[in-house]
Amino acid sequence: MTAQGGRRGQWLRIVAPAAVGVVVLAAWQALVVVYRVPAYLVPSPLLVLRTLVSDRVLLFHALASTLGVALAALVIAVVAGVAAALVFAQSRWIETSFFPYAILLQVTPIVSIAPLIIIWVHDLWAALVLCAVVVAIFPVISNTTLGLRSADPGLVDLFRLAGASRWQTLWRLRVPGALPYFFGGLRIASGLALIGAVVAEFVAGTGGASAGLAYQILLAGMQLNIPRMFAALVLIAAAGVALFAASGALAHAALARWHESELPRDS
Amino acid sequence: MTGFVAGPAVIELSGIAKTWPNGTRALAGIDLAVRRGEFLTLVGPSGCGKSTLLKLIAGLTHATAGRIATSEGRPRIGFVFQSPTLMPWARVDTNVRLPLDLARMPRARADARVADALALVNLAASAGSLPRELSGGMQMRASIARALAAEPDLLLMDEPFGALDEFARERLDGELLALWSAQRFTVVFVTHSIQEAVFLSTRVVAMAARPGRIVDTWEIDEPWPRSAAFRLSPAFAAHAQRLSLRVAEAGGGEPGGAVAQ
Repeated sequence: MTAQGGRRGQWLRIVAPAAVGVVVLAAWQALVVVYRVPAYLVPSPLLVLRTLVSDRVLLFHALASTLGVALAALVIAVVAGVAAALVFAQSRWIETSFFPYAILLQVTPIVSIAPLIIIWVHDLWAALVLCAVVVAIFPVISNTTLGLRSADPGLVDLFRLAGASRWQTLWRLRVPGALPYFFGGLRIASGLALIGAVVAEFVAGTGGASAGLAYQILLAGMQLNIPRMFAALVLIAAAGVALFAASGALAHAALARWHESELPRDS
Repeated sequence: MTGFVAGPAVIELSGIAKTWPNGTRALAGIDLAVRRGEFLTLVGPSGCGKSTLLKLIAGLTHATAGRIATSEGRPRIGFVFQSPTLMPWARVDTNVRLPLDLARMPRARADARVADALALVNLAASAGSLPRELSGGMQMRASIARALAAEPDLLLMDEPFGALDEFARERLDGELLALWSAQRFTVVFVTHSIQEAVFLSTRVVAMAARPGRIVDTWEIDEPWPRSAAFRLSPAFAAHAQRLSLRVAEAGGGEPGGAVAQ
């Protein structure tokens, strides 16, 4: 493929989905206007945009609050998840003993644990973060553990022949080899952290200083302020996309030089 | 120079047997001494246990029975696998320096050794490249440089050129032989190619499967250096035929006797 073809491919990746979005929004706007759908049922995209601008102080404050919870949870999930994976990778016994509990944590719906966490943890912000950590940590643990175990057996033999210590094998072979797996987990966890934060806010129904987007959605629903509900939804979706893109950029920065997943394809 | 005189044994195996947990006899009754400075090749069909034998010599796996004796302490082992097994995230020179780093050799001394090793395999210009930027043959040469950098007492090579095409393999065989002629390290080389075995070796070991055993051992007492012309000589053909016959004779040896109960 020529360089020109590659650039055209890149453009296509941006232009094609954007065109779909514009068409859908235009159709939505047209339907709402033509059939005079009331704003408390389905607001038009333009009305949502106007609400986004007029309620910007309230909404962006809420966005900052929710993003703060999600980011704190993501950082904690990464640190704790990688630490757990490093422990799991040291011995099959530890992994076999503890991994089922990590799965248990993953398969129990967060809505059912969140009320307990909110009762147990006095500080509300910490409770929200903890809920989001519970949701986000599993892919970090499982992917990183898999990565640490997937070192090339030939290289493992080579390290053994050279008399490498366990620490040298971990640090020089297993950790770099686990990076692609870790970043795969991070990409999933970044979306889950936001979901966890929003769900926890719904359960907590918290107002006041830590009022996040979920609370604004709840409140707007009760007040039948549907345009504000849509505006808050738009912000949550945008935050999710931003988190996903940021973790993708991080993976690219770390792996672009050597790993197949980030190498340019020429076919 | 002509002929070849081997030194004392670097490692001596007597009565070695290896049985897998499922009862398969991978190796039985192996007696073999590897002498300093020789280029010893293990040849045989797949399943004859030649790779297992190499791993036993390396200490990567243990024998079920028999004794392995070394002359002066544990020999330093260099191992070259069938695939290059380079760390894909590390530059070629970092890969070659790996065994030295693991042995905590001072940086300056290690760097000098790495430069020498890369020069030996004609990869000096690629020191800063990543493995994926090299061809398969070049990756294999980097793998050999890594093994040589540690200045091993014993270089073990497990079908190192088996995954390459015929042209690359013959070229690398020639390069390896030139390197060995100059440096005279001790090599145990595993291959299933009769041509490769005769071309490279000072001594060949013909092996058979079920159970894995040695059927014949003899010197390839032909002059050095060996060039492409050697491949066309009557002597080469005679050795190749003997090797081929030995392996074939033994191949039909114990039909159905694969698994010991």
